[in-house]
Amino acid sequence: MVIKKSDDIKSSEITDKKLYVNRRLFMRGATLAASAAATGFLYRKLLAPEPQQRREDGKAVAGTQSAPRDWGLPGEEATTYEDITNYNNFYEFSTSKTAVASAAKGFVTRPWTVAVEGLVNNPRIFALEDILKANAQEDRIYRMRCVEGWSMVIPWSGFPLASLLKEVEPLSQARYVAFETLNDPERMPNLDSGVLDWPYVEGLRLDEAMNPLTILASGLYGDPLPPQNGAPLRLVVPWKYGFKGIKSIVKIKLVEQMPPTTWNLSAPDEYGFYSNVNPNVSHPRWSQARERRIGELGLRETLMFNGYADQVAQLYAGMDLKYFF
Amino acid sequence: MDDIKFKKILVFINCLVPLALLGWDAYRDQLGANPLEFLTRTTGTLTLLFLVLSLAVTPARKVTGIQWLVRFRRMIGLYAFFYGGLHWMLYVWSDKFFNLRAIIGDIRQRPFIAVGLVSFTLMVPLAVTSTNKMLKRLGGKRWMRLHKLAYVAAAGGVLHYWLLVKADTTKPLVFAAVLALLLGYRFWRSYTGDAKRKPISITQPAPPR
Repeated sequence: MVIKKSDDIKSSEITDKKLYVNRRLFMRGATLAASAAATGFLYRKLLAPEPQQRREDGKAVAGTQSAPRDWGLPGEEATTYEDITNYNNFYEFSTSKTAVASAAKGFVTRPWTVAVEGLVNNPRIFALEDILKANAQEDRIYRMRCVEGWSMVIPWSGFPLASLLKEVEPLSQARYVAFETLNDPERMPNLDSGVLDWPYVEGLRLDEAMNPLTILASGLYGDPLPPQNGAPLRLVVPWKYGFKGIKSIVKIKLVEQMPPTTWNLSAPDEYGFYSNVNPNVSHPRWSQARERRIGELGLRETLMFNGYADQVAQLYAGMDLKYFF
Repeated sequence: MDDIKFKKILVFINCLVPLALLGWDAYRDQLGANPLEFLTRTTGTLTLLFLVLSLAVTPARKVTGIQWLVRFRRMIGLYAFFYGGLHWMLYVWSDKFFNLRAIIGDIRQRPFIAVGLVSFTLMVPLAVTSTNKMLKRLGGKRWMRLHKLAYVAAAGGVLHYWLLVKADTTKPLVFAAVLALLLGYRFWRSYTGDAKRKPISITQPAPPR
């Protein structure tokens, strides 16, 4: 072992104390910056919301191609296109509402067929184009109340479900309508997750389905429906919680018995078949009395039947809505 | 500045990074369509994350043999309390608008709110007794026993999370698994006789003069 004598190191080679301190300071600064950047990266990966997806055509504001119009309801502004298309419950793509838009990007919806069958005189498999040609699209601006306690005002384009059902001529035994979403793991990345029983199924009583408020929507703000909102064709039942509005429909079947519905199968005591918006009937785990309107900071009082009581309350005359929740 | 002091600053700054980014994203209006829900959910997740991190310090110290890790435990625990306080304030402000009756009604009717509040409340005595002075006043043994409550608070936090999700229980289950691992490690160590060894001092030693 060589033990160096102190004079082996020339005094000129001894690092100047100032330099040494500076270097240490620099190293510490670099460590601090690098670790903070790494933590920030982890936060962005694990917790931060995904950046909102822009419209694919790059249009800043929806519906500007036609004459500018007011899309809202009296006293209630329409939710922005960005918020409607970046905050979605569509578990086939992702269970994170802010991640559905990116997960559903590029979802292929052509060709698309919808089978309308069951207790009907005239069962048919429609090509989507034929449905859209045969049924004139109209703008319907509806409130949408999610069972989770938030709401939007959404300018749909669609047509009454009744007109499609009349075309296949329901038989007199038909009392319910059952709906089914596409079940294609190739195109829907979260179908492997087993979060829910796939395919997603929903149902309405026939009189609910025939109500003029009930529509099949294929557009949003006058433009084609984006995948995350249920392209190419979805159900909209504005007086019911949002999950009743089944998306990307491939099958509609008229049946005699009350059909199973996905959320009811998942948690029978929390989500009933009817699932009408009702401020007086709490979800077992949270209140339904108020709602957060997306785009607003305060809370709004939730309205009976989501504000559509005049048009639909008679459907439930004499029914105990706490029991038939 | 000595080395441990710098390391403490390092940890302190890194624990603040999520808050800084939350603030920055809020300023740029980048918190998504439902910013208040996002803030509430994220501060909740951070609370649970820091609680679990604080509980991971001792196992990490024993596994790696790096004794000075214990110096960060108090800070990480206090950050859990801090993010938990933000989480609770966001609920009180944005969901209940400081309406005490509505809050009490919520606590009585919604188990997940009650569980969350109990877990947060359990952290209060831990934060209060986190100083060296309080440690000395209580005595190491009693202090250690009291601070085992951190496990209860974390378990309560996981339950609170699990009770409120709709169908996708992945995230609360991940937290539950990590917590079970940490707790299992504790039991295993105490079973194999580690508990009889003297715990190392967790207070700052007097600096050499």
